[in-house]
Amino acid sequence: MSDTTETEAAVQAPDVRRPSTRLKLAKLRDLALIPPIIALLIYGYTLKPDLFLTKTYLVDTVLKYQTELALVVLAEALVLIVGKFDLSLESVVGIAPAVAIFMTVGNTTAFGAPWPPWTVLPVCLVFGALIGAFNGLLIVKFRLSAFIVTLAMLIALRGLQLAIVGGATISNLANRLPTIDYLGSLRFLTLPLSIWIVIICFAVGIVVLGYTRVGRSLYAVGGNPAAARAAGIRVERVVWITLIVAGVLASFAGLMLSARLGSVAANQGNGMIFTVFAAAVIGGISLDGGKGSLFGALTGVLLLGLIQNVLTLAQVKADQIQAVNGLVILVALVLARLTSGKAQD
Amino acid sequence: MPELEPSAPVVEAIGIAKRFGPTVALADGELTVAAGETHALVGRNGAGKSTMVGVLTGLLKPDAGHVLFNGEPAPPVTDRTAWRERVACVYQHPSIVPHLSVAENLFLHRQPRGRFGLLSPSKLRRQASELLESWSVPVAPDLPGGELTVEQRQLVEIAGALSLGARFVILDEPTAQLEPRAISRLFDRLRALGEQGVTFLFISHHLPEVYEICQRVTVFRDARHIVTDTVENMDHDRLVAAMIGEARGLVEAGADRSAVPDDADTVLGLHDVAVPGFVHGVDLTVRRGEIVGVAGSATSGKRQLAEAITGLRKRTGLVEVGGRPVRPGSVPDALKGGIGYLPGDRHVDGFVAGLSVAENATMTIAGKLGPGGLVLPGNRNRAARTMIDELDVHTAGPDQPVAELSGGNAQKVVMARALASDPEVLVLVQPTAGVDVRSKETLLGVVDEQTREKRGALLVSDELDDLRMCDRVVVMAAGRITAEHPRGWDEAELVAQIEGIGD
Repeated sequence: MSDTTETEAAVQAPDVRRPSTRLKLAKLRDLALIPPIIALLIYGYTLKPDLFLTKTYLVDTVLKYQTELALVVLAEALVLIVGKFDLSLESVVGIAPAVAIFMTVGNTTAFGAPWPPWTVLPVCLVFGALIGAFNGLLIVKFRLSAFIVTLAMLIALRGLQLAIVGGATISNLANRLPTIDYLGSLRFLTLPLSIWIVIICFAVGIVVLGYTRVGRSLYAVGGNPAAARAAGIRVERVVWITLIVAGVLASFAGLMLSARLGSVAANQGNGMIFTVFAAAVIGGISLDGGKGSLFGALTGVLLLGLIQNVLTLAQVKADQIQAVNGLVILVALVLARLTSGKAQD
Repeated sequence: MPELEPSAPVVEAIGIAKRFGPTVALADGELTVAAGETHALVGRNGAGKSTMVGVLTGLLKPDAGHVLFNGEPAPPVTDRTAWRERVACVYQHPSIVPHLSVAENLFLHRQPRGRFGLLSPSKLRRQASELLESWSVPVAPDLPGGELTVEQRQLVEIAGALSLGARFVILDEPTAQLEPRAISRLFDRLRALGEQGVTFLFISHHLPEVYEICQRVTVFRDARHIVTDTVENMDHDRLVAAMIGEARGLVEAGADRSAVPDDADTVLGLHDVAVPGFVHGVDLTVRRGEIVGVAGSATSGKRQLAEAITGLRKRTGLVEVGGRPVRPGSVPDALKGGIGYLPGDRHVDGFVAGLSVAENATMTIAGKLGPGGLVLPGNRNRAARTMIDELDVHTAGPDQPVAELSGGNAQKVVMARALASDPEVLVLVQPTAGVDVRSKETLLGVVDEQTREKRGALLVSDELDDLRMCDRVVVMAAGRITAEHPRGWDEAELVAQIEGIGD
């Protein structure tokens, strides 16, 4: 009896255009970059068999240098999923730690400086949040184009950073600021702190985006803001919060970069945003909003990091590496398009 | 009509088959359209109509079968120009560039040249006016494409197609977004063009239109050609039976609704509700167990009234749900207050196409699917499965993206979203727009069932079938309620009032 009803139900479903196998494939798309990553690992191994696949090399020469990029990609991925753009993140990477460090060890007495060393982290993050909030004000409240607003912010903040740092580099930070020292050198379970931070941030991000109300609303807003609004989602608030969180993440990435280098240069973060976008798109994040996963974005970062490293190992000359890098990003895009089988938009 | 030599049909499609991956979109598509006739193509969502249109316009290459135009084989799919000279299609969604003028749109990529091989704006304008005039389309050539009404846009697209030499035009649900008066104007125009030798393939879910405008009708079902016959030989029951594949006719939803008791409490109370520019002081109550229909022309403000109630539009006046006032201008507050909303155009604000059925259906209750703002996929899918069963959504499962569903099933998901929060009152705008007969029956059945005891509903619609199930219908004109009818109203009278004709 129950058998017949089941068959009937199956027969009655001619409207379903694609079978459920496609759904399972959709989840596999997240893994689309795994094969090229493995290929690169093998290629790296053939270049330096004694060195490449050792843990020390992978952790301290490959991954450690991708941690800041990974955090900014996480930030940009959130903004892209909600259907907006944030170009100013690369300037936040420079300006937020610059301001925080300048107020503690800089050559100034403004606003009661020098501030105590422990303020570096909170000041940096708050500054990043403020920039995100300001972007949000212009984009959400005044309805300006996110692309142009954040482009202008990128230029303005870059100028501000030059003015603060004064063309020079504030260096020797590890001895003067404990936070910087910890961020730059602490290790847990043999992995650098910065790698743990990236792991934790991505883990939290994946859980929030996948399994919380506010996280899912990012996809709804990015996919169709009108439908999200009609379903009771406060669209403006979601966008604004996302921009603020992105600013905080980028500022944290900036502090990690300063900690790794032990200094903050006037051009810190300069040009980073292009790699960020490349990694996000290669990782399957749509520039149209509402599509993509953070895990995919992370594999995009890994792929680009490996490519850069392998290029160095393959002894591409320093003055050619940028051109080769650009070409390789194009190739990676094509590869990602082929393996995921979906149009990038 | 003079007896002509039986000429070759304008278009003849034989044995068309088309698969998308493992899905058969069209298994056995047959279609023959004779010169000068207006031929209807009907079938449920997913029956293969859109695929047939794709094949006939050369946008899809069939896996099997072939298409003949006037007895000659169709050009290869790569030769767009040749296709455009033979067939044109006016789609539901605009294919016009909004920021270019009507003239530029008409001559897109074939603008007339003037001196030095440069484009000549004056020549363009002149040719455009001549073209519009010759097919008597009352549209100024300088108007930006984006400012055209749906009606004007369709006429401009038809004129553009005819100027390319095509004398066979496919109209894909041309009346879906038109108000009744515009529909009758469109039909007058089609008849006039038909007399000038233009052949139409007319696709519609609206069966009365088929009888009004078409001479022959072809029915597709489950990716197959079922029957082709003259409309005289296809009475309504036979047509519906061919579409749904069973002799059983459709149940008229709500036919057996009992009268709402006088002591039923008010679930929705509107007091002097106004939306600047659209609605001017509406008082209306909906009682528990009652469906109140709101009819009116496109300019009556009925849609704006619905949007104001659900918090999408700013309003003045008082809206009460179960006696408690609802804060104006906020969708979350309206939801919390007990208002469920089904928007009028599901593509615009009904669903997020890339997200799954489960996600769309539970969007209004995302906060109730786990503790502390967590959304547990288990809970979500369980909630969605219940709704899928209740609403008879044909889907591969809760994880399938809504974009892959047919129109009727997508609309059921939107209905599920409206019902998910267990609202006191449902506000429904055009709930059956663009869905096939069977889905329409299901959707109206759900509205009927859901409003028998628990809640009330405000049903804003142009469709007489929707309004027929209502316990009470009010007519709006120019932002005010102008008439009210209990169930069993006279069709002619109601239509006259909606159109503002008669008294």
